[in-house]
Amino acid sequence: MSEINKDLINAASRVDIDQWVAKYPADQKQSAVMAALRIVQDQNGGWLTTELMDAVASYLDMDKIHVYEVATFYSMYEHKPVGKHKICVCTNISCMVCGSGEIVDHLEDKLDVKMGGTTEDNRFTLKEVECLGACSGAPMIQIGEHYYENLDAEKIDKILEELK
Amino acid sequence: MVTIEINGQQVEAEQGQMLIEAADKAGIAIPRFCYHKNLSISASCRMCLVEVEKAPKPMPACATPVADGMVVNTKSTYALAAQKSVMEFLLINHPLDCPVCDQGGECDLQEFSIGYGSDKSQYAEIKRVVKDKDIGPLIATELTRCIHCTRCVRFGQEIAGMRELGATGRGDWMEIGTYIEKSIDSELSGNIIDLCPVGALTSKVSRFTYRVWELANNDSISAHDCIGSNCNAQTKNGEIKRVISRQNDSINDAWISDRDRYSFEGLQSDDRLTKPMIKKDGAWTEASWDDALQFAVNSLKDIKDKSQIGTVCSPSVTTEEMYLLQKVMRGIGSNNIDHRLRQSDFRGQDQDPLFPGLGMSVADVAAQQAAILIGSNVRKEQPIMGHQLRQASLKGAKISFVNPVSFDANFNVAHEFTIAPSQMFKELKVLAKVALENSSAGAPEGLAALVSSVKVTDEHKQCIAELSDADNSMVILGTIVQAMPNYSAMRILASYIADASNSTLSYLTPGANTSGAYLSGLLPNRTQVAQGEFANTDGLDTQAMFAQKLKAYILYGIEVERDLDNPVQASQALDNADFVVSLSAFVTDAIKAGSDVILPISTITESSGTLINVAGIWQSFNAVSKAKGLSKPGWKVLRVMGNLFNIDGFDYQSSEDVINELKSALALENSQSETSRATNQLVWDCPENISAQTTDIQRIAELSIYNVDAVTRRATALQKTQDAQVDVAKINSALAKKLKLEDAQAVTAKQADNTAQVTISIDNKITDNCVYLSAGNVAASSLGGGFDTIELIPA
Repeated sequence: MSEINKDLINAASRVDIDQWVAKYPADQKQSAVMAALRIVQDQNGGWLTTELMDAVASYLDMDKIHVYEVATFYSMYEHKPVGKHKICVCTNISCMVCGSGEIVDHLEDKLDVKMGGTTEDNRFTLKEVECLGACSGAPMIQIGEHYYENLDAEKIDKILEELK
Repeated sequence: MVTIEINGQQVEAEQGQMLIEAADKAGIAIPRFCYHKNLSISASCRMCLVEVEKAPKPMPACATPVADGMVVNTKSTYALAAQKSVMEFLLINHPLDCPVCDQGGECDLQEFSIGYGSDKSQYAEIKRVVKDKDIGPLIATELTRCIHCTRCVRFGQEIAGMRELGATGRGDWMEIGTYIEKSIDSELSGNIIDLCPVGALTSKVSRFTYRVWELANNDSISAHDCIGSNCNAQTKNGEIKRVISRQNDSINDAWISDRDRYSFEGLQSDDRLTKPMIKKDGAWTEASWDDALQFAVNSLKDIKDKSQIGTVCSPSVTTEEMYLLQKVMRGIGSNNIDHRLRQSDFRGQDQDPLFPGLGMSVADVAAQQAAILIGSNVRKEQPIMGHQLRQASLKGAKISFVNPVSFDANFNVAHEFTIAPSQMFKELKVLAKVALENSSAGAPEGLAALVSSVKVTDEHKQCIAELSDADNSMVILGTIVQAMPNYSAMRILASYIADASNSTLSYLTPGANTSGAYLSGLLPNRTQVAQGEFANTDGLDTQAMFAQKLKAYILYGIEVERDLDNPVQASQALDNADFVVSLSAFVTDAIKAGSDVILPISTITESSGTLINVAGIWQSFNAVSKAKGLSKPGWKVLRVMGNLFNIDGFDYQSSEDVINELKSALALENSQSETSRATNQLVWDCPENISAQTTDIQRIAELSIYNVDAVTRRATALQKTQDAQVDVAKINSALAKKLKLEDAQAVTAKQADNTAQVTISIDNKITDNCVYLSAGNVAASSLGGGFDTIELIPA
């Protein structure tokens, strides 16, 4: 059973995960669980399935429930399909003070989708997140691995245009 | 030792102890939810906050180590305010509908809310609601009530060794559950009900059938394995409503197995026998006790040759019953008495120890550094022993198995020798050879020649080295090996291995009271004669009694088709007999077909009595629940039978009289509750070499966890668990390929002339060329010996 599950993780992902595993003592493979989840999530187009989490559990010799706990605790793991670009909008205090409300409204208008939803063409998912540690650039959003800071409606339009 | 002050009281504590432990020892109550003495510390509920002098904030007593001179106050305004605030937060999301909650009346949250909480809440917002989960037939969930103490999660990880429950999500979204839909399958799972401080986890079987203040507490002893776990069987109007665990640190810690917890359901089974029954001219009629007993006794008196009477008794009845049963039988002149229902090789019986036991206390097992288990699925057979071995393993013990199936273990297994039953003798020869090579003592006669041809591997060497290097180690004979056809030869080798590696030879025995059966002389080959002395007798063992087709049988507490190694042989013997009397708590068509008179006896919980566990601990208990109908405790029935046979010495007034008579026969003081544990080691007697080259397919029969006795088999919730799904024939994929069988295919299993319809299940834990078809289940009742050859024929 575990062998079949492991096959869900492709060769490239395995190489990546192994690099992370190598950073920790041999008897503490489970330390690589967050990295492993991120890697298989990327491999799967941005979201995790139960089977993938099981595969990670068996790859790292962990109880499945332990992996589920990690994967449901952190907000960067998705459990439902997401669009090609996941737009994480910070609405925490600094961003809120600097106008994240308008950013949210503008994004929702422009993409015709509510927070938490995905556009019909599957290009964008909107997600409200807590502080991403970039208060000096508030209001901000994160798309993929990039932070976009000091935003206003125009800048958002430009970013979305570039991502189309 | 350090001295601290709690509430002005000087308290001695050990270095490194937590405040709460020191306070508990001194009898100072501190409220707590997440802390439990047998689990790790999580300090997540904060209910145990106390004031510690010079500390800048309230400290959790469960996670604050004591320090010399520490001044603690658990009841100061400061401490009480902290506890009150915590309580308010805990109640924010908890429903305040105690009257409809099953835990109401025994709920820690309810109690502490009254004791330490406020009478009003500042919280006016919406409470969160969590969807309940279906986690199997035993445990009901009401997760809105959960306060996230994580005791159940820690129990799974630390005690059960199966982390099935977890805390997913975070913050307000955190939930206890399995995340995916799945049942909780641990054999110890029910303990999380006892652990849960609120009504989030309750017993699916018992809930809402009582209010807790209606229950009477009855200290009792679990009667489904040889451990003798302490439990509390709670009754309402004389009927057991639920069974919970009772702490005993030398036996079962705070835990009991699910079998011990839920078996009581079987007591209410529809097929309980409530009146004596007599078969006259082929028709069954109810009879009075007088008539039935007179009929039974007269019919047995009619058997002139008393060696034509055979008595077979369950190993799970009270010691009193066992003692009286053998006394009646020996009184009328028959030594054909046995309780070893599944044993098939009795050649070594005259070497049996006083009683086959652990040779140490149950708790001592957790202090072993190495062990090898031969023919044992310990986790399912004696779940609490599995727990103790797991505790040993967590401390670094090297535990190995020699088994016909690679059973799931919940701890790290050092070495696993998975091998067909027919090859196990050879495997033990290999281990004995290594032990011999390492031993400085000379080889016992014949051993060198016996083991000369076997090949030793590094793994065998390591396994024996681990045993020899350990200060405390054991070689354990499990119930599977005890049922095998060449058990006596394997036992001698196991004894040698234990001897040479300086380990204790231990037995894990079938049923709840095999120790009691040995000590009371319920054996064909020996009887007590004086103060602890046994004399040899020449009775027939179980196998011989049925093979020789005697004229009369007495069956005590057994169901022939489910409880014996070879049910077909036994049924034939009963059909052939002139007279059969069954003493049974249940009546089935099979019992009717095989008997001439059936006498209703009480189950263990309906009678007072004594069980002697595998460590030789005598545990007496009172009757807990009301007898069904006219059924009577077995010792009373046997007392009357003794009198009807005019045998001297049957004037007992109580079951205590009976046990005291046995104790004095064993040279034990009446108040003594432990038989000293003499060594189990055997005198060397070189076994015959058994060559086992066979291409036949061999059956592997293990008595599965929920088939062990008549009561358990009738416990409906247990029968719905994953562990109970054993009505299949398991083979590995290699054998499936060879026989061209597929998973889930219906086949006919054939042993000699006997057949049964079974479904194939492919399981690579089964060793090559073997069929695992567990004993005691329905399919096995129409088959022969548990380890005989077997064929699988596609239907």
